[in-house]
Amino acid sequence: MIAVRGLTRTFDGGVSIGPLDLTIEAGAFTAILGGSGSGKTTTLKMINGLVTPDAGQVAIDGRPAGAEAAHLLRRRIGYVFQEVGLFPHLSVAENIAVGPRLAGWEKPRIAERVRELLALIALPPDVGARLPAALSGGQRQRVGLARALAARPAIMLMDEPFGALDPLVRQALGEDYLALHRALGLTTVMVTHDVTEALLLADKVVVMSQGRIIAEGTPGEMLSDRADPAVRELMAAPRDQARRLEALAAEGRGR
Amino acid sequence: MSDRFAAAARLLPDYLSQHVLLSLCALILGLLISLPLAVAASRSPKIRWPALFGASLVQTIPSLALLALFYPLLLAISALAKSWFGHGFAALGFLPSLLALTLYSMLPILRNTVAGITGVDAAVVEAADGMGMTRAQRLVRVELPLAAPVIMAGVRTAAVWTIGAATLATPVGQTSLGNYIFSGLQTENWVAVLFGCVASAVLALAVDQLLGLMESGLARRRPWRVWVGAIALALGAAAALSPLAAGSGRAAYRIGAKNFSEQYILAQLMARRLEAGGSSVAVRDDLGSATIYRALAAGEIDAYVDYSGTLWANVLHRTDNPGRGAVLAGLKTALARRDGVVLLGPLGFENAYALAMRPDRSAALGVTSLDSLAPKAPDLTLGSDLEFLSRPEWKAVQSAYGLKFRKLVSYQPTFMYRALADGEVDVISAFSSDGRIAAEHLVVLTDPRHALPPYDAVILISPRRAHDARLLAALTPLIGAIDVATMRAANLSVDRDRDKLSPAAAAAALARTLKTRPPARR
Repeated sequence: MIAVRGLTRTFDGGVSIGPLDLTIEAGAFTAILGGSGSGKTTTLKMINGLVTPDAGQVAIDGRPAGAEAAHLLRRRIGYVFQEVGLFPHLSVAENIAVGPRLAGWEKPRIAERVRELLALIALPPDVGARLPAALSGGQRQRVGLARALAARPAIMLMDEPFGALDPLVRQALGEDYLALHRALGLTTVMVTHDVTEALLLADKVVVMSQGRIIAEGTPGEMLSDRADPAVRELMAAPRDQARRLEALAAEGRGR
Repeated sequence: MSDRFAAAARLLPDYLSQHVLLSLCALILGLLISLPLAVAASRSPKIRWPALFGASLVQTIPSLALLALFYPLLLAISALAKSWFGHGFAALGFLPSLLALTLYSMLPILRNTVAGITGVDAAVVEAADGMGMTRAQRLVRVELPLAAPVIMAGVRTAAVWTIGAATLATPVGQTSLGNYIFSGLQTENWVAVLFGCVASAVLALAVDQLLGLMESGLARRRPWRVWVGAIALALGAAAALSPLAAGSGRAAYRIGAKNFSEQYILAQLMARRLEAGGSSVAVRDDLGSATIYRALAAGEIDAYVDYSGTLWANVLHRTDNPGRGAVLAGLKTALARRDGVVLLGPLGFENAYALAMRPDRSAALGVTSLDSLAPKAPDLTLGSDLEFLSRPEWKAVQSAYGLKFRKLVSYQPTFMYRALADGEVDVISAFSSDGRIAAEHLVVLTDPRHALPPYDAVILISPRRAHDARLLAALTPLIGAIDVATMRAANLSVDRDRDKLSPAAAAAALARTLKTRPPARR
């Protein structure tokens, strides 16, 4: 369980985030939804200490995050970056192996794990020897995901993990990840600006705007008529799109 | 030509090994200081600005001046160390050269390392943090490998600069490829000058190419290139340094010489006599005339030849002229009392400062003495060596005769004689024992008012060798044994354009003429 209590952060430009209070249950798939500048990426980075909060605290499984060195905490948390940030001087396999190496795994176990993850993200084994520069954007994001998963973290923080993918691959990888999340019993927090993606993958949606949480609930609650007006406005666009697609489909059937 | 080339080639193992040792140590020391400093500077702007500013400031100091400045600095520190711990250290030669070159090598390494580390993609740095790397792990596994090609480019620049600037270590007493250039310039041995330039250029280019191979290997992730470059560099360095390992240890005696032909010849002459007695001797040529006395007093060289007037004015700071014998006697007691330096005795000739003119100009203007020069001087140009105009002798002559020249120009002695021959200057500050005075029939202007002090060539012995029987036995027979004609002939044999002798050959010839003379009585 991740407990966020009174977290605030003000940047030099005057932009301020929080105070944030948020509880993420173990095993949950939480989506933080919001437009650009809403503070969702900063919130994610404050959870694993990449951004230091001005006040408030984060507790993971009841232990305050500040109780241990930041780098030790981060080794137990998988993080997928929006810019991916693969190490350009390391091969795909070496990139995936970074986490296990930091955790001090034996070499054969690391090699085995790399093979396993290449299969999981549906990349042929020979890709392992390539440098990131030789991969497509989608392949790089898959490798970024595999790298975050490699050291078997219990918590996954993902910042727009499927952003650079074409829609087909994006949906497929999203579904694949959801299956993995369930099979491994992960606790996942995903930041996205894509309303449909958030609603379809997460079991809890947190909506942020101008540095504050304005709503949280299950996807069903988000779509219900009782929701806050701002949330209803956010949900209107995908609902409208879905209705129009349905109408087009009916028109096609009618011909 | 081929003789001079062969003579230069024979010196190559010694000069090259010293040059490589100096450059290599300076570069390694530069790396050891610059890399950690650059890492700290890349983390903190508070360190970055002063570090880069300091390194840039060093670059603005001419490299020869930087080398020269380290000598008095180290001498002072050595004196302090001696008073505190009872041990001094050698302030001449390797140490000042090493420190100056190390400072000189720092800017490109610092600047490139800072640029390389701060230039690493912010997303990659954040990913390293997000994966749970410590700062040290991030540095070693991510930042340094990614910055390596840029850092290597900096090391390459530093290496080329260091190898080039190491030729300037010669005047502070460190043997280097610069010995060819400095002594070649003094004795007009252009083969030697060219040999030194080409040797240091080839060395710099070879190192640059091999480091370039390593740099491209790092940039394109081709480890074999890095290895080939590194192994070739290591083998090259080992080959160049091998003469050092072969020549076992330090020479027993060190003889110093200033930077002109007479000094080279006399240093070789003293060295030959010591070697004939079975001692090993190292000659340190091209020492600056201000540093050489301090080097002797500090025991860094054991003996050299200086001139009474120079010591009288520059070491004892005297401006009077009590006469030849009184100056010698005064020096002997004053130097012994003040510094423990032994004035062994005069060699028998004077090498005085004298103003000289071409015979045709002298006749045309009717100038034969400094008195007759004074009224004509405002229309004439004086050519001097690099130090004459800042010496007390010049001030003494100037005030005694009221000399005011139209123009004053300083030259390397070699070029000063050329300028006089070409008519670019009318009067020069010559040396009375210079072979070129006789060879070019120059008119030496008389000094009726005795403004110029006497310049007897004297052998000085360092305090720690004051009672060294072997040294004294080898050098004492030289006292009173060389008259001015003999010295002029020896100087001319080195300075002339045709049938030029090396200083060592001239010293050998001089030694043969001395043997035919009756033993010195003094």
